[in-house]
Amino acid sequence: MRLTCPFCGNRSIAEFSYYGDATLTRPGSNAEQSAWVDYVYMRDNPAGPHSEFWYHEAACRQVLRVERDTRTHTILSVQTA
Amino acid sequence: MKFSIRSVLSQAMQGQTGWKPQWRNPEPRAEYDAIVVGGGGHGLACAYYLASRYGLHNIAVIEKSLVGSGNVGRNTTIVRSNYLLPGNIPFYETSLKLWEGLEQEINYNAMVSQRGVLNLFHSDGQRDVAIRRGNAMRLHGVHAELLSRDEVRARHPFLDYDNARFPIMGGLLQQRGGTVRHDAVAWGYARAADKLGVDILQNCELTGLRIEGGRVLGAETSRGYIAARKIGLSVAGNSSRVAAMAGMRLPVESHVLTAFVSEGIKPLLHSVITFGAGHFYISQSDKGGLVFGASVDGYNSYAQRGNLPCVEDTCEEAMALMPALGRLRMLRSWGGIMDMTMDGSPIIDRTPVEGLYLNGGWCIGGFKATPAAGLCLAHLMARDEPHEVARAYRLDRFATGRLLDETGGGTNMALH
Ligand SMILES: Cc1cc2nc3c(=O)[nH]c(=O)nc-3n(C[C@H](O)[C@H](O)[C@H](O)COP(=O)(O)OP(=O)(O)OC[C@H]3O[C@@H](n4cnc5c(N)ncnc54)[C@H](O)[C@@H]3O)c2cc1C
Ligand SMILES: [Zn+2]
Repeated sequence: MRLTCPFCGNRSIAEFSYYGDATLTRPGSNAEQSAWVDYVYMRDNPAGPHSEFWYHEAACRQVLRVERDTRTHTILSVQTA
Repeated sequence: MKFSIRSVLSQAMQGQTGWKPQWRNPEPRAEYDAIVVGGGGHGLACAYYLASRYGLHNIAVIEKSLVGSGNVGRNTTIVRSNYLLPGNIPFYETSLKLWEGLEQEINYNAMVSQRGVLNLFHSDGQRDVAIRRGNAMRLHGVHAELLSRDEVRARHPFLDYDNARFPIMGGLLQQRGGTVRHDAVAWGYARAADKLGVDILQNCELTGLRIEGGRVLGAETSRGYIAARKIGLSVAGNSSRVAAMAGMRLPVESHVLTAFVSEGIKPLLHSVITFGAGHFYISQSDKGGLVFGASVDGYNSYAQRGNLPCVEDTCEEAMALMPALGRLRMLRSWGGIMDMTMDGSPIIDRTPVEGLYLNGGWCIGGFKATPAAGLCLAHLMARDEPHEVARAYRLDRFATGRLLDETGGGTNMALH
């Protein structure tokens, strides 16, 4: 698996750290506890296209938003987050 | 046919022509009292215990592929009960005790080998943690021994004792731990369950759940609709996909874990050894290959194959522990999909849907749990209440704060 960073070009996955599901939205400070439980612990975990964050730790240090198919590891798109 | 000296000798006389398939290949019935979804180790064990200990006989196991093609046939075969938390130790010890009697009980050679599991430590902090874990085990009546560096060296002289970065300072040994032939576990439970009348339906995929008024009525499958008022889900890495059929979201991410095997060599490694300065475990199979693995790749995956950085990382750990490994060729590597929970511990519980039960979230360590997970899921399905050693494995613990985080890894899957 390789990612094409918009800043650094095509790079090995070893340069990146995975930050997980990019579709989660942090609840407001007054939100119900159940909203926090959902945010912290619950995941859709789809088999197929997945939106996720990757941090280009070993190079430009930008967080990227990647669409990737979890069944094949095909990278569908990479954008700045 | 019962396996015995007699059956082996009589087959030898007939030129091995009289062996029969180990289980039937029946057509699905219209209705069962209970369906277990997933023909892995856990699902098959559950069906066996439902029939043998809980008196249910009209049972089916539905498996989307072939029995044993999932994680039960992909793992590194290590079994142990050297856990730390009170919610975990009694469960894994129940499992280890079941392993100890399994082969006699199901009349099947699963090659249960209590060759010992040795967890090495490499710093003062790690030593203290190992002592604490050993004490926790002993408080639960599970034996553990602390070995000094010299004692480790006397047993395993080929490890790297000159490693300045990761010195081997000693290890915590559970002698009753070891390995079990993983495929034989699936086949043995399948055969034993079949004998008690359980229908094992292969190439039968769950595609939907019929639910009315909050209760489950049956399973939509690739081989037609099958009615059942009790359905147990035991699909490992596919837990989220199957739970979604009942409208549930789980505290689970699916990740790929890779295992490796070297070419076969003469006996060298006589126990399971784990490297504490990273996360690496190795043992030698009875065929002679060295079987080893490390951590999950660390990103969501259903692909059943990992990436090269994980191969590199695993090999680096192997070389740091046992430099002689550099002389061996790696034969194969393969991946399995792990149902990683947000605290690293499993779930065996009822769901909000009446009659629907969940066994999942086994992370990278569910093989050792096979007998107890099967028993506890069977108990739950038959009695509608948790088995006493599985009470902590609740689905709602993420909301109530009663997490069971052995490693303190939190919601970062790569840390479990
Ligand atoms: C590389 C690797 C190394 C491991 N090492 C160890 C170890 O050393 N020690 C240890 O304790 N654990 C280990 N594990 C973990 C262990 O293998 C698993 O936790 C355990 O096998 C999971 O339970 P199971 O056997 O029931 O799973 P599986 O064998 O995966 O069974 C689940 C079954 O469900 C079926 N299924 C999925 N969806 C459906 C559907 N919709 N309809 C019907 N059927 C379906 C699948 O086809 C599969 O056969 C390892 C795992 C891997 C991948
Ligand atoms: Zn970059």
